[in-house]
Formats: sequence, C-alpha cells, structure tokens
Amino acid sequence: MTVRVQTEDFDAGAEISRLRSGNARVGAVASFIGVVRDRNDGDAVAGMTLEHYPGMTERSIEAIVEEARSRWEIIDALVVHRVGPLLPTDQIVLVVVTSSHRGEAFAACEFLMDYLKTRAPFWKKERLPEGARWVEARASDDAAAARWERS
Amino acid sequence: MKVTLLYFARLREVFGCSSEELELPPEVADVAALTEFLRARGAVFQTELAPGRAFRIAVNQEMASSHTPLREHAEVAVFPPVTGG
Repeated sequence: MTVRVQTEDFDAGAEISRLRSGNARVGAVASFIGVVRDRNDGDAVAGMTLEHYPGMTERSIEAIVEEARSRWEIIDALVVHRVGPLLPTDQIVLVVVTSSHRGEAFAACEFLMDYLKTRAPFWKKERLPEGARWVEARASDDAAAARWERS
Repeated sequence: MKVTLLYFARLREVFGCSSEELELPPEVADVAALTEFLRARGAVFQTELAPGRAFRIAVNQEMASSHTPLREHAEVAVFPPVTGG
C-alpha cells in the first residue's frame, strides 16, 4: 500500500506497472484519475490551489485504504494526491487497486475515492476571473460516501 | 493544559493565523468546551464557529466529535469541510 502527497505530476501508466509488477495473483487493476475542469458551478475556472494538512492527510488516507482492505480482497492499493497550484486539464488524484477479480477492484477503487473526498483533509481554492474562492463541500459527495456505510 | 491549535483553508484566512499555542483553563477538557472557549473570543471566532456553521475539528490528526477529550500538548486542528479528490 502506498500513499503519496506531492506537488509533482504523476504517470498513471508507470504507477500501474509498478503496482502490479511481478505479481501473478493480480487478475484485475482498477484505476481512477481526477482532473481539474475549466468550469465549476457555472463559472470559468482559471486554476486552483490545493491545500492540505500534512501528517493527517497521509494518516487519514492510510486509514481509508485499511478500511478498504477489511472490506474487499484487494492485493495492493496506491493513492497519489497532488497539492499546490494546478491548471485545468492537470491531474489531481490517482487511485489504483489491484485484486484477483474485477468486482473487488472496481468496488474498492470507488470506495477509496468516495471516502477520500469526504474524509481526507484537502481544500481547493479556485481562481475565477473575478477573484479566488474556496470550494464548498458538496452534499452529493457526502451522499456518495454514505452509500458505503454499514448499518 | 497547553494545546497547539492549527487552522486551515478558509478558516486560516478568516482567523488571520495558521497556528497558535493556547493555555486552556482546567474546565476546557473536550472539543465542545474548546469550541465554546474559542467562540467567547468574539468577532470572527464567534461567527465562524457558531452553532450550525460547517466546520470540522481533528485532535491529534484524527477527526473528533464534540465529546473528544483534550490532553496536554494535543494538536487540535479547526478547518472547513474537506474538498479534495
């Protein structure tokens, strides 16, 4: 399991190759890449800056990966999240999950993203033509994370 | 009890400060009491941490609830709901 928070861009292909390298038990690789859009809530976005809480960020993502491991038969997982200034079309986040079968890989990958969006301490500040604004948390993200809660 | 407070994102900007050391009176022993203590400073602390406002508190880098106890040298972070991913 690998969790990285970095300002540099990432190469998803290279990361995937490394994660499954030499492991013949891997039968499925699911990945997700989040990308900066040039619009949000109807406004043109020139760019954004991502702030985080060093230390808690890594710990909280590691806890989310552990939670995924307890729910699905996953072989390995990788989360890379960028911070600092980003522009439209830039990659923000990469999640990769390997498992023997696709069901676990798909589910765990989606779970990791849904939990990361509501529990990992990152904040986005967008640059708009009229100035900068902090992105507000969305109820739809809470709803997406709530789907995974066990009664 | 001495604690370190950290503020992030919009709250860091509004409070005009990213961290401070605080000496808390003995009766401020959990997150609910600390929130009340900070509100009593008035101004932006009162408005931003008012009941019903959306903010989160972590104690020693774990999400806390109002009942989470505070210990000597705790690291307490106050921040808006997260927006990563």
